Amino acid sequence: MKAELRRLADRAAAEGLLDVAYANVDSPFGPLLVATTPRGLVKVGLPNYDPAETLEDLAERVSPRVLEAPARLDDVRRQLDDYFAGRLHEFDLPLDWRLSRGFRLRALRAIDRIPYGKTRSYTEIARSAGNERAVRAAGTACGANPLPIVVPCHRVLRSGGALGGYGGGLPMKEALLRMERASGT
Amino acid sequence: MPPFQTLLDNHAADVMAVLRGAVGRGDAEDCFQETFLAALRAYPKLGDDGNLRGWLLTIAHRKAIDHHRASGKRPLPIAEPGAIAGATAEPELDEGIWALVGALPPKQRAAVALRYACDLPHAEIAAALGCSPDAARRSLHEGIKRLRKELA
Repeated sequence: MKAELRRLADRAAAEGLLDVAYANVDSPFGPLLVATTPRGLVKVGLPNYDPAETLEDLAERVSPRVLEAPARLDDVRRQLDDYFAGRLHEFDLPLDWRLSRGFRLRALRAIDRIPYGKTRSYTEIARSAGNERAVRAAGTACGANPLPIVVPCHRVLRSGGALGGYGGGLPMKEALLRMERASGT
Repeated sequence: MPPFQTLLDNHAADVMAVLRGAVGRGDAEDCFQETFLAALRAYPKLGDDGNLRGWLLTIAHRKAIDHHRASGKRPLPIAEPGAIAGATAEPELDEGIWALVGALPPKQRAAVALRYACDLPHAEIAAALGCSPDAARRSLHEGIKRLRKELA
């Protein structure tokens, strides 16, 4: 059945019927669920989230035409592998931002510009997003980031340098920051 | 609507089995692709996830009929004898029966195949054929009556 399903995903994509393709990708922190639309990467699900729920959410918010199609995420998988190995410092992937809007979208775009191995405070992100006083909202934007790791919300800390929060758990945030400091140039 | 992948996870094997029964192993793969592409095309507008299995089997049934029409063949025997539950009598007799099943009118043929080759309950046969459970029961009954007569 595997070959048939692979062929189905290819044909669906060729006919414009594959709205969301997803795959499971191994990481040092556990399996990630990655999903792409024809526009670009739309979702990275961290290991502590239920993949079934994530897929249901995508079916509702993007399109119910959701298929497992690992071949369409080869590039994403390769770049994530290289990132976790410390070899890749900047993702080069088309992103589909459609799951975020308004202030959150502006905050995430600001976060997307934080260089590898560097950190910013929630206040700085709030300012970049156009409202310096919306520090809590900047934190919420991080928490609601549909593209963690790729859009590096783990690089956002409290003003005093405290870790703040992380969807994947604080140990993961700490490990990512440590890895980036060790691999940084 | 649930993610389309869950339909594949839950029903792809059944759809393939039904199609193998309806068009034979060689052509089932093409019908399988056509079935799920058609389902994928219609899915976002379906608006009712009550009986997705029945919906898929209906599409598979239509694709099998399209296939028979396109190939210009007479409706064909429904299943490989080995795949039919309870088909333990002499092979010759079995093949004879399924050749007779293949000669039944389409609705009766489909009802008999879905019941005995795919082991579907009446309600699902009805869903697959797009008719009421009573009508499905009637088609099945008529089909079996006719087979009995031919065999007698």
